[in-house]
This record gives sequence, structure tokens and C-alpha cells, in this order.
Amino acid sequence: MPSTSPQPHGHSGALPGKYLTFTLSGESYGIPVLKVREIIRLCPITPVANMPEHVKGVINLRGKVIPLVDLRAKFCLPISTDTERNCIVVTQIAAAGGGTRLYGVIVDGVEEVANFTAADLEPTPDFGGAVDSMFITGMAKAGSGVKTLIDLDKISAVDGTIAIQALGLPSSQAS
Amino acid sequence: MSNDRFETIARAKKVVQQIGLELAFVDAVKENGADGINELLRHLESALGNDSPEPVAEAMATVRQWIDQRVAADNKLSSVTIARLGDWQPWIDAALMSWEYELPYPPFPEGWRIPEGVPAPQTTAPPPAAAAPAPARSEASPAGRAPAAPAPAALLPEQTVEVMPVDADAEMLQLFCAEAQDLLQDIEQGVLVLEVSPTDSSSLDSLFRAFHTFKGNVGVMKLMVLQQLAHELESMLDAARRGKYRLVSESITAILSGADILKRFVAELSNQIAGVHTGRTIDLPIPQLIDDVHALLAGESPAAAKAPGGVPQAEAVPAPSPLPSTPPPAAAGLFIPEAAAVGSMAASPPAPLPVEPPSPSQAPVAPIEPVAAAAPPMAKAPAASPAAPPVIGSGIVRVDTLKLDGLIDLVGELVIAQSMVVQNPELKAITSAHLSRCLGQLRGITSDLQRTAMSLRMVPIRSTFQKMSRLVRDLALQQGKEIALELEGEETELDRNIVEELSDPLVHMIRNSADHGIEMPAARTAAGKPSAGTITLRAFHQGGFIVIQIEDDGRGLSPAKIRAKAIERGIIRADEVLDDRETFDLIFAAGFSTAEKITDLSGRGVGMDVVRRNIEKMRGKIEIDSVEGRGTTFTLYVPLTLAIIEGLLVGIGDQRYVIPTLSVRESFRPLPGMVTQVQGRGEVVSVRGRLTPILRLGRHLNTPHTATDPTEGIIVVVEAGQDSRCLLVDQLIGKQEVVIKNLGDMFRHQTEFAGAAILGDGRVGLILDVNALVKLKPRNNGEAA
Repeated sequence: MPSTSPQPHGHSGALPGKYLTFTLSGESYGIPVLKVREIIRLCPITPVANMPEHVKGVINLRGKVIPLVDLRAKFCLPISTDTERNCIVVTQIAAAGGGTRLYGVIVDGVEEVANFTAADLEPTPDFGGAVDSMFITGMAKAGSGVKTLIDLDKISAVDGTIAIQALGLPSSQAS
Repeated sequence: MSNDRFETIARAKKVVQQIGLELAFVDAVKENGADGINELLRHLESALGNDSPEPVAEAMATVRQWIDQRVAADNKLSSVTIARLGDWQPWIDAALMSWEYELPYPPFPEGWRIPEGVPAPQTTAPPPAAAAPAPARSEASPAGRAPAAPAPAALLPEQTVEVMPVDADAEMLQLFCAEAQDLLQDIEQGVLVLEVSPTDSSSLDSLFRAFHTFKGNVGVMKLMVLQQLAHELESMLDAARRGKYRLVSESITAILSGADILKRFVAELSNQIAGVHTGRTIDLPIPQLIDDVHALLAGESPAAAKAPGGVPQAEAVPAPSPLPSTPPPAAAGLFIPEAAAVGSMAASPPAPLPVEPPSPSQAPVAPIEPVAAAAPPMAKAPAASPAAPPVIGSGIVRVDTLKLDGLIDLVGELVIAQSMVVQNPELKAITSAHLSRCLGQLRGITSDLQRTAMSLRMVPIRSTFQKMSRLVRDLALQQGKEIALELEGEETELDRNIVEELSDPLVHMIRNSADHGIEMPAARTAAGKPSAGTITLRAFHQGGFIVIQIEDDGRGLSPAKIRAKAIERGIIRADEVLDDRETFDLIFAAGFSTAEKITDLSGRGVGMDVVRRNIEKMRGKIEIDSVEGRGTTFTLYVPLTLAIIEGLLVGIGDQRYVIPTLSVRESFRPLPGMVTQVQGRGEVVSVRGRLTPILRLGRHLNTPHTATDPTEGIIVVVEAGQDSRCLLVDQLIGKQEVVIKNLGDMFRHQTEFAGAAILGDGRVGLILDVNALVKLKPRNNGEAA
């Protein structure tokens, strides 16, 4: 994977602002709130055959057919059984052909919309060569925990899975 | 009068017609483009022999000189030569007729004796040529144009091949204008983008398409000069699109000039249709621009590319004083009698055009006739076409199709939401007459709304059909056949996109029917048929589809001949057994048609395989019926719209899939014994005596399914092209019209589904891509339990 990340390694690309934080297999992640269109409950999913495991299928969002991705499968995280808290975050991501496209993401649960100032943000720690950090824009300190801020545009551009679970480490060490 | 002479003339006429056809396809930049004409010319020479009368012999010598010159230069036809040939061909045709009936010969145009000069077209500027425009221009004088004008013209009705037909085409001209105005807007927008970023591919594409469509339209109207202009600009854009040519500011100027020329023509034409300045000549500096484009493509700076604003204004030149009228052959112009209540257009013939004008305003002299001269035609105009609306395009709103699609999507959702409300069990429990009345009203309004929304995209097929009548008339003339075209159901409406997509296949099939179907009058009479053949083009609704039939009463298809040809071309093996229907289907096989001529309408030739591919691309299908000796019927089934399909809803486990109804041949529950296991090839089932492979959809789609044995499920026989498959599903749920939704780029690599649709309960159903499914290797389904 060629690193297209413009910033030098170790520098935080995340901008201060509002982030929606959610949990995936016990870890906290955040995405810029401007990327979020809405949050809906789990709804009937139509599976699409012969697609990678993380592509759950398509759903009907008020007349629009949008793809649904399970980030847990995408990140090779253990998938806990679905609970009441599970929901779908409908995000707007850059489409391959330009423009944006709606994209549903299954998460274990939505936490909050947090305002991260520049002081809260830290550059992505160097995890060594094993993990490509291009999908991570930075880390945010929030209370006692650390949230991993991810770049959904880049994540969605990759067809396969991403070994991102190691990135949860700082957060789990902190908690 | 000896019979020999008539035979000679008949033979010569045939070749002249072929030359006319060939001229429609020639291309000034094509390598060895002169070969075709040269060959035909040799035929003509040998047909005429040595004892043709003096004017004919002189014309032959002249044309031989032109061609030899081109062959000696680079063996390409220059646009000057093409334009000259364009004048020459009708002239020789007229001369042959004069010979045949011993009439006076049309005068020999002086300009022809002038050699073309230096080979490169953009530098051909024979000094004496400047004198030549005079005869051409006098064409514009009222006398020259009036149908009952000078003696030669009256004597030679064949000369008026380029005349717009009278009343029948008034509506067509209006449609042409309306469409052209749209296209020109697209062109202007595209050019604006290109000025900033000359490599913007989407603008290049849209410009290319606009010029291509324009070319097709003017081609149908036989506006050859405009067609050539559009063709040249299209070629330049095509080259730019493919990265073979980089647009420079001169080329953008050329495109703009071209657009301006077309715009002027269209504006003038619509004015004239509306009765303003009827009969006025529209003169356009086309040949010069074409040469500029050639120069640009050749990497040179065009002589006249500096022309400010591209189009010199006509007013710059005083109207010429009426000159002694010369006969039509002198002019390359197209002209339209004022009886048609439309204008005429006399483009400057390229030969006499001063190609290196110091001031471009001199090049295209526009003979605006004196107002007094224009008055009588004006007075005639209202009577000729009283029905013509005064302003074209009034009351029409151009809407972005994306917005329209959005609206149609929303209406589709409204319909679904409405049915969810009406069928809600809690609501159903309420027994209130008032509520059910309200719900009924809701349903009525919703379906009205849906119909109206769908109709926004609908246009009658009339304009497409009428283009065909023009085509048939021309084909009949060219081939010496008598063909009547009958149109039925022209008011049938279908999606605008489909109408556009239908045009090319229809043109091809009509050509096919006229070329190969209808016999020559003598052969028809011998077969006991009326000497005039009939092609019937009809459109009607059937089920959820529009059916378009092209029926001819010609010689029909001969299964034996098709079979022989298919074997010869290696499409089938010599021992294959096919029924008639399958045999007819062979004509759609790729490689069956011989190399098709490039048509002047599509520009890029299409064989029947392309016709079928085009039809299938819009989820339609095509069938042939033919009785040898009696005629052939092509039947096209196309969906009403590209946005909605009628689907067969099938269930596999708890999932539902949509199969486009048009692809479904039949469905049944197989009985034990119908299914056979073939070693290494999977399962097959015998459908009407034909073994068809089974595709277990549940297995193929990795979906939990209940029918583990074919006899527990339902077999749906689907077909696409010549392939068919038996899809094994758990159950049939029903038929439903669904709005097709794109699955999006995340699913771009999958091939099973053509799209998705929102079903009645609000869940998403996937639409199976039958074209892809039937092409799966049959053994895929037998393995992997």
C-alpha cells in the first residue's frame, strides 16, 4: 500500500473540531462529525452474495440503496453479538468517481459527539512497520481514554480488510 | 434510339448512384480514401465506353483528372475534391438523363476546369477561383430557387435530391431545430470548460456526443455540408478524446466557429419555419472551416483560424445583384423550396472559395436577397404551413435529468410508502368508511403522481419514426426500388433515453430491410407481389413493454443460406441441428454480418450483433420472424423506461431477488426424471426438448436455501441472446414493477446483480443480471455443495 499521506510520519493530521465517537469491540474510535449524515437503528439488511465479509450488504435508507460495512470485520476485530446498542452510522465518503456517496457503517454503539481541541489531539504513535497508519489521522485524549481518529475515505477505498486492531492498543492500555 | 444506348445509360446511372452513396461515406483524411471513388469511376468509364456525347465525355475527363491528381498526390480525397465530386455526381446524373431523353445538357460548370492546385486542402487557392462564386451565388436569387425556375432545373427533377420535402417535414424540421438548440447549448457549455482545461474528458465526451448527434440529425435531413462540418469537428474531438490530439486555442476557436455556424443555421431555420424571412438563403463558411480543422489536425496553423468570432457577418457584403441564373448543379448548396415554408441554405461551394482570404469576411459571401424579392415567399409561408407554431420551444423547461431522476426516485418511494400505509395491519383493523375513502384518494393521487412523473421523461417515438421515412425514401431512390414506409403508433411514448438509444438500431434494421429484404420491382412482380414493397414500422404497448416491429414484405430470410454462411464463417459446426428460429438468430452472431459499410448516419458501422447488443443494453430483446418469399418481421421489446423494470420476484431462503421479466421464458416445477446429471457438466434439464444447464441460484449466491433438490424448487428459464439457463429458486413470489437503483461503486466488481430495487415492504431486493448469469460456465453449479 503506497502511503499517500501528505503529512510526515508521526504528525497528527486530525483537525480540532467535533467528532462522533463510537465503539467497536470495546475500543473507541472517532470520525469527524461533518462526515456523519445520520445515525439509524439496525434495519433489515439485504446481503449481496460473493462479497468480502465486511460488506454486509445493502439497506434502504428512505429510498436510497446504500452499502453497509461492518468495520469490525473490516478491521479484523472480534464481532460481538448484536445488541440493542448496535446501530448504523450513515456517513458521507468520497466516491471513487468523484463526489460523495452514502455509506453505512455498523458500530457496536455510539458514544457521543465530542469537541476535541488541538491540545487533545496527538499524532499517531509509531506502531512500527506492522501497521499502516495511513488510515489513522491521530489520537484524541478524552477523559481517561484515548480515541483513535480514523479516515473513512481512505478505509473505504480499500477493498480488503485492514489490520488496524493493533491501533486499539493505546486506548486499551489507557483504560 | 438503339437499345444499346439505353443499356449503357442504365448501367452508367447505377454506377453514378453508387458514387453518390460512396460520397456519403468518404472522409477527407482517410488513408487511400480515393480508392473507392477511383474504382467506381473506372466502372463508370467502362460502362460509358467511348461513344458518350461530348458533355458527358468532358465531365468524365474532368473528374478523371481530379481523381488522378489525388491519387498521384497522397491517395486521399481532399475536402475540395469531395465537394467537387458532390457537385459532379448530380451533374453527371442529370447529364445522363439529358442523354437518355435527348434533352439539352446542363451547362458545364466553368469552375471545374480549374485544377485543384496544390495538394494540401488548406492551401488550395486557385487564383481564378475567386471569380467562380458568382454562378453559385446566383443560385440564391429567387428565380434560381423557385421550383418552377429555369428550364434545365425544370427538366431535370432528379436534380432536386437535396430539396427538403415539402409539407411532411415541417414538423421534422421543428424537432430538428429544438434538438439542435439543446445540443448547441451543450456544446457552448462544453467549450467554456475546455477553454480553461482543454483536456477535461467529460467535456470532451459531451462535446463529441453533441456533434455526433448533430451529425446524425443533419445527415437525416440530407444537409450534407453541415454534416461534413459536424463530422470534421467530431473527428477532431474524437482525436482529442483519445489523447491523439491536443486541443489548442485555435482548435477551440474552430469548435466555437463551427458551433456558431450551426447556431446561425438553426436560428435562421427556426425563423424561417416561423415565417420570418422565408426563403432567404443561409450562407455559411463551412468549407473554409473544414479546411482549418484539417490543418489543425495536421498540426498546422490554419490560414483563417484568426477569424475573429469565427463567423464573418453576412451584412458585410452587399447583396449581389441578381445575375443570370445558372442551373442548380453549379451549387453545392442545399436548398429548400419556399413551398416548404422553410429557408434555403446555399453553402458556398468549396471549389470557388478563396481559401486564403486576407479578411475572412469576404470568404463566405452571404447573398441575402433583397427584401423585395423575399416578400412573395413570405406571403406564401402561412398558407403552406398553417400549423407551424410561431415560436419554437416555447413553454419548455429544460431540467437537469439528475433532478428528474431524483424526483422519479422520490415518487417511487412515495408509492411504496403509500402501499405500506394502506396495507398496515393496524390501519386495516379500523373499519371506517371515511378512512378507507381517504386511503383510496391517497392511492389515486399517488398513482397519478407517479404517472405524471414518469411521463416527464416520455417523448413520442414520432420523431424517430419520421427520420426513418426520410431514410426509406432515400434508400429507395438510391437503389431503384419502390418502397412505401407505413408508420403505426407513432404517438407511443417512451423514455427519452430509450428513444435515443433506439435510433441507431432502427436505422440499421430499416437499411437492412430496404437493402436485403425488399426486392427490385421486377423481381417482385415476377413473384406475384405488388411492385412496390412495404416496410411497416409500428410501435405499441404490450405488457409492460413497448414493442417495435419492422415488417417488410420482401424476400424473407432463407434458413438454408443463413446456415451456409454461418458454417462458412465458423459460427456453427456443419453438423449442428438448429430450428428456424435458432437459425435466424445466427444473423445476430458477432462476425456474421460482412464488414458493414460505415453509414452516414451513425458514422461507425454497426452489424446486427451490435444492434442486438444495443437493444440488450437497454434491457430489451429482439426477435425475428420470417417466411421465405413473404417477408421478415423484426420485433423489438424495449422497456418503457430505463428507470423501471417489470420483475419476477423469486425467493431463495428468506431473500428475494428480482429477475427482469423480459429475460424469463418460462418457469415450472421440475418433475423427477426431468433433471439429468451430466458428468463434468453439472445438471441439465430438458426444456421443450432442449437440454438447458441448471444454475442453482441459492448455491451460487451462497444464500441459505430450502430447495436442495431441483424437484423441491422452481425452475425459472431465463435467456439472454442465444444463451439460456435454468435458474433453480425456492419459490416464485410474484411480478412487480420496480425502480432500478444503482448498487454503487462498492459493488462494481460483482457481476451477479444488475442493480437493486426497493420492494413493497421497504426492503432491498437485488436484481439479477441475467446476461451475466447465462454466461457462467455450466459446471459451476454442480460443484461446491
